[in-house]
Amino acid sequence: MSNTKALDIVNLHAGYGETEILKGINLNVEHSEIVAIIGPNGAGKSTVVKSVLGLLNIISGNISLNGNNIVGIAPDKAIKSGISYVPQTHNIFPNLTITENLEMGAWTKSKGIPERIQEMFELFPDLKVKRNKVAGSLSGGQRQMVAMAKALMVDSKIMLLDEPTAGLSPKFQSEIFRTIKRINKNGVPILLVEQNAKQALETADRGYVLVDGSNKVEGKGQDLINDRNVARMFLGSKD
Amino acid sequence: MDMLIGYSLYGISLLTVGGIYAILALGLNIQWGYAGLFNVGIAGFAAIGAYTFALMTTAPSSYHYGGLDLPLPLAIACAMLFSGLIAFLIGLICIRLRSDYLAISTIGIAEIIKLFLKNQTDLTNGPRGINKIPRVWEHLTEERFYTRAPMSWFSDAQGWENFFDALPIWWWQPFFCLTILFIVFIIYTLLEKAQKSPWGRMMTAIRENENAAHAAGKDVTRRRIEAFVIGAMVMGLAGAILSQHLRLIDPTNTFDPSKMTFLVWVMLIAGGSGNNRGAIFGAFLVWVIWSASEIFINSGLHIFGELVSNMDISLLKTRAGYLRMMIIGLLLQYILQKYPDGIMPESRPVQTGEKLKKGRI
Amino acid sequence: MWETFGFEFVNFYLIPGLVLGCIYALGAIGITLTFSILRFANFAHGEVMMIGAYFTWTAMVLSNDLFGVPLHPLVAAAPAVLLAIGLFILVDRYFYKPFRYASTIRVVMASFGMMLIIRSFVQAVWGPNQLTFVPGIAKPNELVKNFTASVDMMILVPNKHFWIIAGTLVIMFALSWLLTKTKIGKGMRAVSDSPELAKVSGIDVEIIVKATWFVGGFCAVAAGVFLAMDLQMLETTMGFRMLLPMFAAAILGGIGRPFGAVIGGLVIGLAEELSVYPWFGNGSLISPGYKTGVAFTIMVVMLVIRPSGLFKGRLF
Repeated sequence: MSNTKALDIVNLHAGYGETEILKGINLNVEHSEIVAIIGPNGAGKSTVVKSVLGLLNIISGNISLNGNNIVGIAPDKAIKSGISYVPQTHNIFPNLTITENLEMGAWTKSKGIPERIQEMFELFPDLKVKRNKVAGSLSGGQRQMVAMAKALMVDSKIMLLDEPTAGLSPKFQSEIFRTIKRINKNGVPILLVEQNAKQALETADRGYVLVDGSNKVEGKGQDLINDRNVARMFLGSKD
Repeated sequence: MDMLIGYSLYGISLLTVGGIYAILALGLNIQWGYAGLFNVGIAGFAAIGAYTFALMTTAPSSYHYGGLDLPLPLAIACAMLFSGLIAFLIGLICIRLRSDYLAISTIGIAEIIKLFLKNQTDLTNGPRGINKIPRVWEHLTEERFYTRAPMSWFSDAQGWENFFDALPIWWWQPFFCLTILFIVFIIYTLLEKAQKSPWGRMMTAIRENENAAHAAGKDVTRRRIEAFVIGAMVMGLAGAILSQHLRLIDPTNTFDPSKMTFLVWVMLIAGGSGNNRGAIFGAFLVWVIWSASEIFINSGLHIFGELVSNMDISLLKTRAGYLRMMIIGLLLQYILQKYPDGIMPESRPVQTGEKLKKGRI
Repeated sequence: MWETFGFEFVNFYLIPGLVLGCIYALGAIGITLTFSILRFANFAHGEVMMIGAYFTWTAMVLSNDLFGVPLHPLVAAAPAVLLAIGLFILVDRYFYKPFRYASTIRVVMASFGMMLIIRSFVQAVWGPNQLTFVPGIAKPNELVKNFTASVDMMILVPNKHFWIIAGTLVIMFALSWLLTKTKIGKGMRAVSDSPELAKVSGIDVEIIVKATWFVGGFCAVAAGVFLAMDLQMLETTMGFRMLLPMFAAAILGGIGRPFGAVIGGLVIGLAEELSVYPWFGNGSLISPGYKTGVAFTIMVVMLVIRPSGLFKGRLF
């Protein structure tokens, strides 16, 4: 019972080539939890997610998924082992239909794909109607839904979302956060990187504040919202 | 003695053609090494220079336009200007294209130039080409030159005839070669100066980070067109000299892309793009390899022909020429992979023409 | 009307234009796929077309000489297709793959070198001279001729042209099935759409790359053999001469749009042939010597005014 966390990052140092961006990250996600990472631009929020996926050079530290070490794993292996990753931009194949996008999400799987697609259509009813439409023709919010559904096609052990609400209207932003809650209720732990700190913390069970490559503050979502320092730094309140 | 002369003349001819290739490589270095422009239409610009020179200097002919009888240096200047002008027009349209599109376009341009030379038979004598192009120094022995000013000031026709008869038949070869090497030296000096000037530094800045240079208020397109035009002018110059060396040019065989364009690229890449000395060194090196391999293969074939009697080796000889081309191609691949910066890398702390960026796929 | 204009126009301009267009289209499919999936202009594509035709010729000669069995070019093309695909995959492995994470220009240069290597290889092995592919004069199909003549619209189409057009149609349908119905085909479209996302979706990009060479090689050999069938001879420069029109077709259709490339190929083929039709008066519109310039002109105009092509292709 030493480590049953969905995701556990211990003292992670990572970066692009020689450039170290993450300077000691400690972070974990329990099963059934939504965890948000907030912080200023350039703090390395997206880098955390990318290093879990094996997209950058890990200098030292440990990352484990359900207790299995996944440091240095190749991206396709990471996906296969059950990481649902939604990049911030370019997260759908615009010239493929919605169904085809979902099929591409299940590339590493060989069985149960049609069933999984049906499950996704239940989770995202909007997509079912448009399933034969080309994804590039959808609205921004719907594209985000396709991206999430596509990522969930693997048997998700955790979902990593990189700024899912960036560039969306407030109405769509709330919808995305509601969707995230819904996905989480279905039993998928979620690690969420967000600019929109307030809504992210309201949605999340816990949050981490990342500054300059390491996590400074950690706490329950609501506690962080009430924290004066955090509030002053990121939530835009005046006091 | 005869043998010594023979070897010397072979050496001189190596240096002559090597020098012409060095000029081409320097021209390409301005475009690729300085500005990062991927031009695969070198043969086209060389052809413009060669034909301009030929048409302006040849004696009147019933086959093609001619009889202008321009002084040779003036014709060379015209060849450069005309090459530059064509490059300018092309640059206006194509310079903004992404590197591979620019490459396809320049291949196309070279083909169009060739089409023009092949089809405008009144002007160029079409596929049969132009013959008897005057060669610097040697042209002095032609009657139409020595009967004219300024040579006629010094002696009459008979006097010149006697003078040239007294000289060995190859007398002009060392002079021709030295003239070419001198031109290489001048271009080299000018380019080195240009590279260290604000213009050259700006070129490097644009090549290395186009967006930043753009943001800093540099007129990127204009600078690129400049580099393209200057490079093309140098190539036109090389073409003009090549036409003198060959004396007979035609659109298809003389300006075969594999020998004109491809070999020059191998030379620049091998020598080290961005580095003028590297370009010159690469040109001579590859040319010597190219020529020496011909001798080796041919003598090898001769021995083979002696051993296997009744064997016609002429067929094998032509085939072996293609094999040589293939080996040069493999050499390029090897250099590209193992020595991406060439034998003499550019002395700047950056890579040539590009920076290593994220993978494409 | 038919006698004065139609007969000449249809038989000597329109049909040859269509046939040429089919050949360009097949070549352009490979170019557009490599361009969008591997992200570079493969200059060696025309040469693979050419060597495919030479392989086919060799298979035909060997079969005839060794076993006394004359093969139809399309049968002899089968082993040639395998060889060409193998060649593409080997070239990719040893000459292109080392540059997969370097900047585009390196691999373009490598492909430029490959172009010369393959051509010199063919010239060294088969010789630089023309070879006869199918001897004799291709007679127009009697059935079509008699039938169309009976309705006063005589059409002269040799059988080779039927083969070329039908073959192109079959390949197009097969390609359409591959790209929309199979996992690997959808993967190819996905990588073409967004290679970064494909990678983080767990798509095995190397398999996709191999599939791309497979499809490209298949279409290239088909194009090369069709071209040799049409010309009834082989030349070592035939691939290079096709290169520009094929790129023009790929760009016209939009990079990453195989069916755009087909339309582009047909447009370029027709434009080349129709550009020498005497539209005004008696002389041809442009001198036949400049016919090959048509493709280039269309390409440059397209690159300048609408680089994404007719069908919203990929921009780099």
